[in-house]
This record gives sequence, C-alpha cells and structure tokens, in this order.
Amino acid sequence: MQAGGLLWFARHEWRLAWRDWRILMVNQGKRRNLFLAIGVIALTALLHLIASFVLHPETELIVAPSKRALVLITAILAMAWTLMLSQAMEAVTRAFYTRADLELILSSPVPAWRLFAVRIVAMAITVMMLSLLIAAPFINVLTWRNGAAWLAAYPAMAGLAWLAVAAAVLIMVAMFRLIGPKRTRFIAQVAAAIIGAIFVIGLQFAAILSAGSMDRIAFLESAAMTRHAPEPDSLFWGLTYAVMGRPLPLALLLLFALAGLGLVIVLFAARFGPFAVAAASVAHGHAQNDPYRTQVGWFRGFRNTTPGQALRRKEWALLRRDPWLISQTLVQILYLLPAAFLLWRRFDSGIDPATLLVPVLITASGQFSGGLAWLAISGEDAPELIQTAPVSPAAILRAKTQAVMVGTVAVFSPFLLALLLLDPRAALIALVGIVIAGACATAIQFWYRLQAHRGRIRRRQTASRLTTFTEAIASISWAATAAMVAAGFKLAIVPAIVSCGTVLAAWLMSPARAERGK
Amino acid sequence: MADIAPDRFALDIRDLAKTFDRPAVDGLDLGVRVGEYYVLLGANGAGKTTTLRMVTGLLRPDRGKISVFDVDALADPVGAKRIMAWLSDEPMIYDKLTPVEYLDFVAGLWGVERGVAQTRGRELLGSLGLAPYARQRCEELSKGMRQKVALAGALVHEPKLIILDEPFTGLDAGSARIVKDVLRARLREGCAVIMTTHILDVAERMADRIGVIDHGKLIAQGTLAELRQQAGGGDASLEDVFLSLIASNEDIAGAETGL
Repeated sequence: MQAGGLLWFARHEWRLAWRDWRILMVNQGKRRNLFLAIGVIALTALLHLIASFVLHPETELIVAPSKRALVLITAILAMAWTLMLSQAMEAVTRAFYTRADLELILSSPVPAWRLFAVRIVAMAITVMMLSLLIAAPFINVLTWRNGAAWLAAYPAMAGLAWLAVAAAVLIMVAMFRLIGPKRTRFIAQVAAAIIGAIFVIGLQFAAILSAGSMDRIAFLESAAMTRHAPEPDSLFWGLTYAVMGRPLPLALLLLFALAGLGLVIVLFAARFGPFAVAAASVAHGHAQNDPYRTQVGWFRGFRNTTPGQALRRKEWALLRRDPWLISQTLVQILYLLPAAFLLWRRFDSGIDPATLLVPVLITASGQFSGGLAWLAISGEDAPELIQTAPVSPAAILRAKTQAVMVGTVAVFSPFLLALLLLDPRAALIALVGIVIAGACATAIQFWYRLQAHRGRIRRRQTASRLTTFTEAIASISWAATAAMVAAGFKLAIVPAIVSCGTVLAAWLMSPARAERGK
Repeated sequence: MADIAPDRFALDIRDLAKTFDRPAVDGLDLGVRVGEYYVLLGANGAGKTTTLRMVTGLLRPDRGKISVFDVDALADPVGAKRIMAWLSDEPMIYDKLTPVEYLDFVAGLWGVERGVAQTRGRELLGSLGLAPYARQRCEELSKGMRQKVALAGALVHEPKLIILDEPFTGLDAGSARIVKDVLRARLREGCAVIMTTHILDVAERMADRIGVIDHGKLIAQGTLAELRQQAGGGDASLEDVFLSLIASNEDIAGAETGL
C-alpha cells in the first residue's frame, strides 16, 4: 500500500474510527458492557415490536400499491432524507472546522484531496449506517410480512444516504462561496438543525390546518391527499418503487447516487483543503487597530459581581455564543410550535391544553437542560481556573445549576407565558415540572461529569449512554407526572416514583458516589 | 531587583509527598521568600508540576504541609487561593469570551471591586499589549496572545504569590520581555513568584534563587553562584550546572540501590 495514497488514508481513517468506536462501546468496564449488551438487545427487540405495531399488514403493497400507501411511504422517505441531509451537513461542517489532525495533513507534502475524498466516503458510510440502523426494524418487519422484495429497502436507503452526503457537500461549498467561512459554520449548523426538523413540523402544521389534529399519518392518509396525489403508474413514485424492490427504479437510484457522490468527490475534494485553511484563518484573525476601541470603549466591561454572579454571567455568555446550542434551542422551539399552534386553534373548542402542552414542555426542557448542564459542568473550558479561585465547590455547583435552570426557564418562558394566559394552573404545573426535570438532569450530569472540550457535546450522548438513558427516563416520567396532575389523576404518583427511582439509581451507580465512598 | 524579606516566607512547603503509581513528590521541603523570584528546575517527570498543583489545591497531597503567607493551604484552601494565582502552560481561557470579559469574570471570581478591577484590567491589557484585542473573542487570538490574556487574568486580582508553570511557552521574544517586566514590577510590590521552566536562559537571568528537583526531591537550592559551587565551582552555565547536579544525583541514587 502506497503511503499517502487513497487506500492508505482509508486505512488510517478506518483505524481511527474503529478505535474510537471500541473505546465508546467496549472499554467501559465489564459491568457496564453487560448493561450495554442487554440494553442493545432489549432496544432492538423493542424497536421491532414498535415497528410491527406501527406498520399495518399491507400485503397489497408489492403487487398493486394503493395511492394511499405510496403517499405514506414517500412521506416517510422524505422525512428520512431530510434527517440524513441534516446529519450529513453536520458531518461536512465538522470536516471543515474541526482541526484535529488536519493541520498535520495539510502541512504534509501529500495531496490533501485524497484525505478529503476518503473523508467524504467515510461520511457517506456513517450516514448510511446510521440510517440503516434506524430503518432496519421497519424493513425487517415489512420483509417478514410482505416478502423478501422489501429487503431492497436496504440498498435504497443506502443510496438515499449517499445522495444526502453529496447534496450536503454541494450546499456547504455553495455557502462557503456565498457567505464566507466565518458565517458558514454558524449558519450551516442552524440550517442543518432546521432541515432535520422542517419536514416533520411542516407535515404537522399541514395536518393541523386540514384535519385539526397533529396526527401526520391521518393527514397523509386523508381522502384529499389521496385525491391530489399522482396515479400509481406515475414516474413521481420512482423512488418509492425503488425502496419497495422494483429492480429498474432501484438500479437507477443506486446508479444516480453513486454517480452523484463520485462527481462531488471528483469536483470538490480538492477544494476542501483551501476551505479548511480559510476556516482556520477565521479562528486566527488579527485585530484591526481601531482607535476608538483601543482608547475609549474596551475597558467598559467590568461590573460589581460576587463569584456566583460572575460564574452565572460567564455561563450565559458562553451558552449564548454556542452555535450548536443555538441550533438545538431553535429545534426544540420548532418542535414545540405545532403543539402551541394546535393549542391556539383548539382553545375555544374546549380541549384541555394542559394534557397537550405540559408534558411536551417538560420533556423538551429536561433534554435541553441536560445539554446545558453538560456544557456548564463537563464542558468547562478552564476547570483549573475555577478550582484555583477562592470559591467553594458547593458554591460553584450552585452557581452553575442556577445558570442552567435560569437558561432553561428563559428559553421556555414564551410557551409558559402563553400557557399562563390560557390556563394558569397548567402553567404553574409546567413550571414546577420544568424546574424539577431540569434539576434532575443537572444532578445526573454532575454525578457523571467527565471533563471534555465543549466542542464534544455532540458526543455527549454516545460518551455515556447511562446518563442519556436516565436523563430521558427521568424527564419523560416527570412529564407524565405533570400531565396526570394537570388532568387530576391520582395515579400521578406512579410516574413520579419511577422518576425518583431512576434518579436514585443514577446516583447509586455514579462515579461521584464511588469516589466519595473511597 | 526587589527587596527580599530573608525571614518571611511567601510559600513554605514541608515534607510534601504525593504518590501515583510511583512517588511523584517525595518528602519535599521548599521555601520561597517574600519578594523572591524562585525558579524550579527539573527533568520531565521530576515532580515540578505535581508540586505546584498541590500548592494551588488542584491535587491533594498524601502528606506534608503547605503555607502561603502563613495561611495553611490544606486547612484553609479558600483563604490560600484568595492570595495566589496559578498559570499553566495551557492558557485557561474561554474561546467565546473577549479579554475584557475574561478579566471581568476572573475579577468576579476573586471578588475584586468593579472600579479596582476596571483600572487593573486596563493597566494589564495595556502593559501586555492586548489593548487592540480587548474586544475580540479569544478564539481569534494567537497562542501567545491567549497566554498573555491568561496572565492578565492571573494578575487582575493582585495575588501575593504567583505560581507559573512554563509561562513562556508560545511567547515571542518581545512578549516574553513584556511578561518579565510585568512580573518584576509585581516583585517590587512585595509579591513572590515561583515558576517552572525548561528555558534555562530565562531562569538564569530572572531567578533570585533556583531549586533543582529530581525524582520528587529537592536536590539543590540557591543562587546561581551557590549552585555553581555545589556543582563543583567554576564559571559554568546554568545548563551545565543543572545537568551536573542531575547526573551526580543519579550516581548517588544508583550507588544507594546498588545499580
């Protein structure tokens, strides 16, 4: 194998990815590995069970699919593809902006296009694998019920993933050209988040407007939708037929996807190097000698603060300036909009808003505050500075928790205010739920804290599945508790106990407790 | 040159020990006097950074005593932290904050009053040549600039003991000169500085006293002239003196273990 060649780079990338994966999946101690293995098996079974419930037996799909079925499958494919595109855009952004080994390779005499060609292929494989992983239970259930032709959905999904990566590269290259490297990073991350959510949310809005409910499936299966859809023999359904196993559409899809990806590699791999250099140059810009700034304005930033206030203000400033967080906040808000819209439309019709919006708000806020807590606690950029300050660890934790809680409530306050106007009791229940779910998520993050760079927040969930799992269970259980309290059910105590038990279990298994016990 | 108080210790370390998988610091005794610039030299893994991290409270010693201006740093860590500053070779700053915001944050952590913090911040940013970058986010600054921002942060609360771990890494000659001048000014105001460095030229020209640490023990200490004496006299450079002291310590250790 020639050093610096395509295969050599491919082997290099594979080795790094493999070791990374092994560290994440295997090297977590025997007990955790066992939990992980059991969890994976249980999750696989659960996903197949869910898939078998979600998918109705559609035996007519292969021979003579109805317009209704074609609309449904096409909509699902469109949703899957927007998610793939979103993920691919994130991956391409990282390829441009994450320094890691880029400087070493760009400073070597090896042509950098080879590395980027390999990295584009690696992105295509990653997006493909993740998509197949999610789609597999549904494809398997369809294959089991309707025959082996549905196995064609595997290569079809792979083709869609390759197309998504090719499109993401094109979009990023266009953004670099149009708005420059400085703005591209932020806008690409926000755009990726919006693209990933927009189709689902758009469908929900359409469903609310046409059918008065958030049920996307009912909307897609409606008579109006079927009436306006093209006939089953239309070319419009080519992609759908490819997924359903028709040989010609499938072959064309794969050919088109491979050609698209290949073309993008040939045309743009060589441009990634200069783009990466341009992206790096943004991070090392030089100050303009602005006489006003140097003489008048620059020292006006000091305020009288206690250590706690200083910590809170610092956390908020960093959170405000975090593009990832802004994009995630935007997505959280986007996902809440249909529920809020429905609530607004249905308010006069007597539907109880509490049962609809309260659990949504609490679940979303729990997840959101978990992310904030990770950034504030594990993603501290200057841990030694904080540790060497004359502030007790308890005061530091208190200030960080307050920063997280206030940040969470601030983000969700427009929804709380809207709810307050409609149903003050429900608003109060939601506020209490948000604070409790946020506190639980923060506590879990504190017990499982592991110092890492803020930029690694994307890997927060893969780095510790236990925290992700317990955080999710706790916030969902609190959401259920709040919804049941709002609806006046005495059984609300049951999810509350589940939540407390989950948090307690997280504490019992936490490294922080083990450390304290030493 | 600053006035050194001969009998007053800014930092007093007694019988300090820390073991990881092997002893990193092994019964270390060390004293830095008020107004003194003390440089700690040692090979990689000799125990320099471990010692300083124990002084700053970043590591808990297995045994020993640490006093900072007569404050027991182990019994009253917050009291000790109030009067000292730690600066490592990796700048402890926030990419998304500007230098002014960073100084404001550090001043807040140390509870410095606003007017005082503002005056000191302005002076420090000016003297360290950071004024044109004061409102630029730190992610846009070069490594040397970031190091200077971190130094400004370490000094904004006017510490009495300044602890520096390889502070000149990444600084150009001009910046290094500015940093030295700022530190000398602090010494004249009655502070003390303890610093590790591998740049022996800096140690030779800046230090009032030099300590040489090897295998977690202080094997020699004194002015450059005193160290030369310990190493066998002559007019040798600090590099020669250092290598000679380390070599003779290795010989002694080897003889003791029979190797």
